Amino acid sequence: MPDILLDVQNLVVKFPVFGGILLRRVGDVEAVKGISFQLHRGETLGLVGESGCGKTTVGRAIINILRAMSYRVEISGSILYHHASGSVNLAPLTRKQMRPYRADIQMVFQDPYSSLNPRKTVDQIVGEPLRIHTKMSRGERADRVRWLLEKVGLSSRHMNRYPHEFSGGQRQRIGIARALATNPKIVIADEPVSALDVSIQAQVINLMQDLQEEFGLSYIFIAHDLSVVRHISNRIAVMSWGHIVEIGPAEKIYQHPEHPYSKTLLAAAPRPDPAFNRRRRTS
Amino acid sequence: MNDVVSAGKAPEGGPEGPPLLEIKGLRTFFYTESGVAKAVDGVDLDIAQGEVLGLVGESGSGKSVTALSILRLIPDPPGRIVEGEILYRGRDLLKLSWEEIRRIRGNDISMVFQEPMTSLNPVFTIGMQVMEVIQAHENVSRQEAHRRAVDILTEVGIPDPEQRMKQYPHHFSGGQRQRVMIAIALVLNPSLLIADEPTTALDVTIQAQILDLMLEMKERRAGASILLITHNLAVVAETCDRVAVMYGGKIQEVAPIDALFRTPFHPYTHGLLGSIPSVAGTKAKRLTVIPGSVPDIHQLPVGCKFVTRCPYAFEPCPDIEPPLIEEARGHWVRCHLYPHGGRPAVPPPGEPDKVRPT
Repeated sequence: MPDILLDVQNLVVKFPVFGGILLRRVGDVEAVKGISFQLHRGETLGLVGESGCGKTTVGRAIINILRAMSYRVEISGSILYHHASGSVNLAPLTRKQMRPYRADIQMVFQDPYSSLNPRKTVDQIVGEPLRIHTKMSRGERADRVRWLLEKVGLSSRHMNRYPHEFSGGQRQRIGIARALATNPKIVIADEPVSALDVSIQAQVINLMQDLQEEFGLSYIFIAHDLSVVRHISNRIAVMSWGHIVEIGPAEKIYQHPEHPYSKTLLAAAPRPDPAFNRRRRTS
Repeated sequence: MNDVVSAGKAPEGGPEGPPLLEIKGLRTFFYTESGVAKAVDGVDLDIAQGEVLGLVGESGSGKSVTALSILRLIPDPPGRIVEGEILYRGRDLLKLSWEEIRRIRGNDISMVFQEPMTSLNPVFTIGMQVMEVIQAHENVSRQEAHRRAVDILTEVGIPDPEQRMKQYPHHFSGGQRQRVMIAIALVLNPSLLIADEPTTALDVTIQAQILDLMLEMKERRAGASILLITHNLAVVAETCDRVAVMYGGKIQEVAPIDALFRTPFHPYTHGLLGSIPSVAGTKAKRLTVIPGSVPDIHQLPVGCKFVTRCPYAFEPCPDIEPPLIEEARGHWVRCHLYPHGGRPAVPPPGEPDKVRPT
């Protein structure tokens, strides 16, 4: 029996649509339509699907930032988080109630350019979660930031620099260091490599795998690039129109997809194999 | 064999006749406050009639600037084409007047850009934008232009084109907008289509449709060629006949598609292939990585541009730029490890460095 860290049951997210002169509520967009899945300790769960399928909303629901991002969003169902001393349903929590768990569930964002505050130094960016969630002294924080930077392949010399002084790949490393600052159990990575160049993508993927092994992290890896998801994930959930249409071990889904949508998606993915593509085109 | 001038030549025995486009010694520089950026620094490349040529590289490699140079779309200042020839059916595009190059654009060579959202004008209907191209280049009546717009939109698979022509770009999805862009690019039946990251902003299923559409449209136009610019090697494998790999403003390797994927010669190509996971086949435990990052364009190395990241770099690499040589038939490489007698000096992907330069 795998050790379940997160148990999502029947999660529904509705965004209200306002219209007319009085901006009355005229309808809803149901971005997530009742999905259930579990995240096991130490695993990577890949969440794939095309734009608009709801994969990003699922990630945001888990870290509980939807209410801050969208006025009168409705979230129902449960997101049970099993922590060391019990379980808690994250779905209905207010910002304040969420705070004790926020250190445990962290996020890495897609765009390494807009997800770092340009007016803060690396030291401040990576140290901020420590300032909020721990009682560390300034000196302890600096030590921890230095250690984190080295863990993600940057140097402590970089501490006083600003984000614009770094390349895209380096910025993503800073984002990862920030996510790891509070010793999280779960990291939700939303398209963490899709803005990066091919050769840099591989570096960041390898780094994420190394860190996972070292710290026993569980990842929810959200991406549209099927080959990247296959590479990093143990299990995969395929999403379409707010539903999980298929979930299972990564290799099973890639070798023997069952749902017609998974089949379509995989068939459409280009492969770095000219001979295969010729066969496909002529058949 | 080691003839630098004709480097990147289309393979002989391929499609008949002289190449459609020959780029010779192209240099496009940008004069900025922080110095001269040599975005394209001596590119030689041929595009044969009827072929699909892929131009692959990471951001800053010079692939898009090469494409923009062909149509003289480099913003000047700060950019300038400082040297080279771009021969289209034997005519040097760089010597044409603005009026003449304007006639080449659309008629002979046209371009599709990455962003289908920003390359259409949001305040004009789709119909107006397709018809504008026809009427700008040909002296035809409105009715005739309208009829041809309907035809081309039908051809690219826009359902109910008569009605949809009255609509604005925001009524169209990303994939449909890219179909419209392809319609605009192909309505005058150009012989060369330059597609710059045409599917990067699209979902995979839509990407497959757009690539299929481009190839289909090419097949229907005898002798037409495509220059496909992309960072995605899987897309190249899917569509191209030949591939040129760019790095640091130079072509590093040119090869027929199978040769490039089966026996990549250049350590950079080799590294790129190792760093992409696949949706099929056995899963690599770890991706091989090209260490470091793309060097600053203002401070490119003097010798080989890849020297700072190359695991095989040896004595001549930092100081002497290797020439682009034809190591195997139709397979060119710019690397000091060659000539190596037709065998790759770099071990195939998956096999760690077994072979070292001697």
